[in-house]
Amino acid sequence: MKTYLLQRLVIALLTLLGMSVVIFTLLRLAPGDIVDILFSTAGYVSPSEKQAIMKELGIDRPYWVQYVDWLRQILTGDLGKSYRYDQPAWEIIRPLVPVTLELAALSILFAVVIGVPTGVVSAVRQDTALDYVLRVFSLAGLAMPSFWLGMVIILGLVTWFAWIPPLTYVPLGENFKLHAVQFLLPALAVGYRSSALIMRITRSSLLEVMREDYIRTAWAKGQRGRIVIWRHALKNAMLPVVTVIGIEFAFLIGGLVVTETVFNLPGVARFLVQAILWRDYPVVQNLVMFIAIVVILSNLAVDMLYGVLDPRVRYGR
Amino acid sequence: MAVRPAEIAIPGRPRARSGAGAALWRFVRKKPLGAAGGALMLVMLLTAVFADLLQTHDPIATDAAYTLGAPSTEHWLGTDHLGRDIYSRIVHGARVSLVVGVASTLLGSVLGGIIGLLSGYAGGKTDLVTQRILDILQGLPLLVLALVMSAALGPALHNVVIAISIPIIPRAARVIRSSVLSIREMQYVEAARSLGINHMRIAFRHILPNTIGPFIVLCTAQLGSAILVEATLSYLGLGVPEPYPSWGRMLSVSAAEYAQKAPHLVLFPGIAISLAVFASNLLGDALRDTLDPRLRGT
Repeated sequence: MKTYLLQRLVIALLTLLGMSVVIFTLLRLAPGDIVDILFSTAGYVSPSEKQAIMKELGIDRPYWVQYVDWLRQILTGDLGKSYRYDQPAWEIIRPLVPVTLELAALSILFAVVIGVPTGVVSAVRQDTALDYVLRVFSLAGLAMPSFWLGMVIILGLVTWFAWIPPLTYVPLGENFKLHAVQFLLPALAVGYRSSALIMRITRSSLLEVMREDYIRTAWAKGQRGRIVIWRHALKNAMLPVVTVIGIEFAFLIGGLVVTETVFNLPGVARFLVQAILWRDYPVVQNLVMFIAIVVILSNLAVDMLYGVLDPRVRYGR
Repeated sequence: MAVRPAEIAIPGRPRARSGAGAALWRFVRKKPLGAAGGALMLVMLLTAVFADLLQTHDPIATDAAYTLGAPSTEHWLGTDHLGRDIYSRIVHGARVSLVVGVASTLLGSVLGGIIGLLSGYAGGKTDLVTQRILDILQGLPLLVLALVMSAALGPALHNVVIAISIPIIPRAARVIRSSVLSIREMQYVEAARSLGINHMRIAFRHILPNTIGPFIVLCTAQLGSAILVEATLSYLGLGVPEPYPSWGRMLSVSAAEYAQKAPHLVLFPGIAISLAVFASNLLGDALRDTLDPRLRGT
């Protein structure tokens, strides 16, 4: 177990190193350098002035020096300075992290609460009208852009209840009810999409398990249906479901990018979009790296969970 | 891994000898939902092709006298904040959505497919290194990668296509690689090798055609998400630039501002996006079950 964990950590670190190269390269694909983009609206910039700015930002140095410098920054926890705010990037990012984590956690919660039961019902009632309805419901979740669903929810509230959810961020301590409403709606919009994936994987995984011999034995013993399904079958069908939940948790950040924008929540994802639009590359670079780290860590966590859920999975052999 | 030829269903070949029409009819009967998706995709394709005939107004002509108009006989789906006809814009938006969706899916799938083919055929260290590199690309959320790419490349139609295709590459490579791994072990490949045919020729002439089933499945599955990503990028202002009417951008900031006064501004483009993605997902699911049963439930 220990060697396995160590092995996985080494692979994770190598992957992160690779990701840093990809991110670094991608952001330097941009035609023209950052100074050009920064001053594209200002019109003419004298060459000497431009040189001075490049020196100040450290982008007059060769790429590999910049890259090594960035790695050193990440390792020491210093994430550089934001071009736009002229203050350390981490100072800006830190207060945004809890907002995104809370939203992501709530979305996953919604996704599991909706996805697993519908998946089970759909599998148990395979090929009935109910199964079809639930499958179409989940496919619809995959098809609707979550940001649009968010807009429609707001629109519905306005039209039918003549009420708009607060559009400026309300901290948890200030007004719990408003805070909850503010987070529940976007979480529902994002969670619906993830619930579709969870529902589909629960369904197909459960269908597979239901064909196993030991399930037939349970039926033959005269075990009640509810116990066979929820206790015997579902337990063994959960492994792929957990994988999807883990993957979704990481990929939720993609969905949150727009949802945070629609609901005007000051989270990491919305800030990423703003930083991209402002071409604030040190911030973008670090935020994307931060997302990569979250993705890798949650993948690792899912792998570790396997051992807990399924004793047959043994590590390090 | 030794696989007996009998165990391998050759993808893409109908079992009974019959014409394309009969095969199509069988598909419609066995997979009604998939067929409905296919029909919707066909409607979208026709809409995109004949957009100029279907439009009732010039999609980019503004009309200051008739802004935020509700749906009427003159403007079927109403007008936006600049007085542009929503129906005509949605009809033309189908073109943008489909062109960007299909082009980026094909680009990503072909590039990824070639990588997967070579990686799977070569095996060994080449394969291992390629897989790790793909891990890196796949580790980033699709939208985040596309966002950064399109920001780095600048707003232009072809850049959006490239930005969306990059995240598809690792997914495509995985799928094609796994099917190459089993085809590689088949006897006819061994026969080709013993005849002294060079590796490139074996890979491209003898193995590649047999991956067409998974490839089609992959493309239809990715098409939906490509359309969705395009809409999202355009919504954020990083996608298809003006003057092309894009569904995503129709939902953009301006729509959010006027949503209360004119809800049709929000409703119709979103319905168009959802229908397009829904249709391609339905078709993709049905094709997967038909052409490549091994992938069922993934």
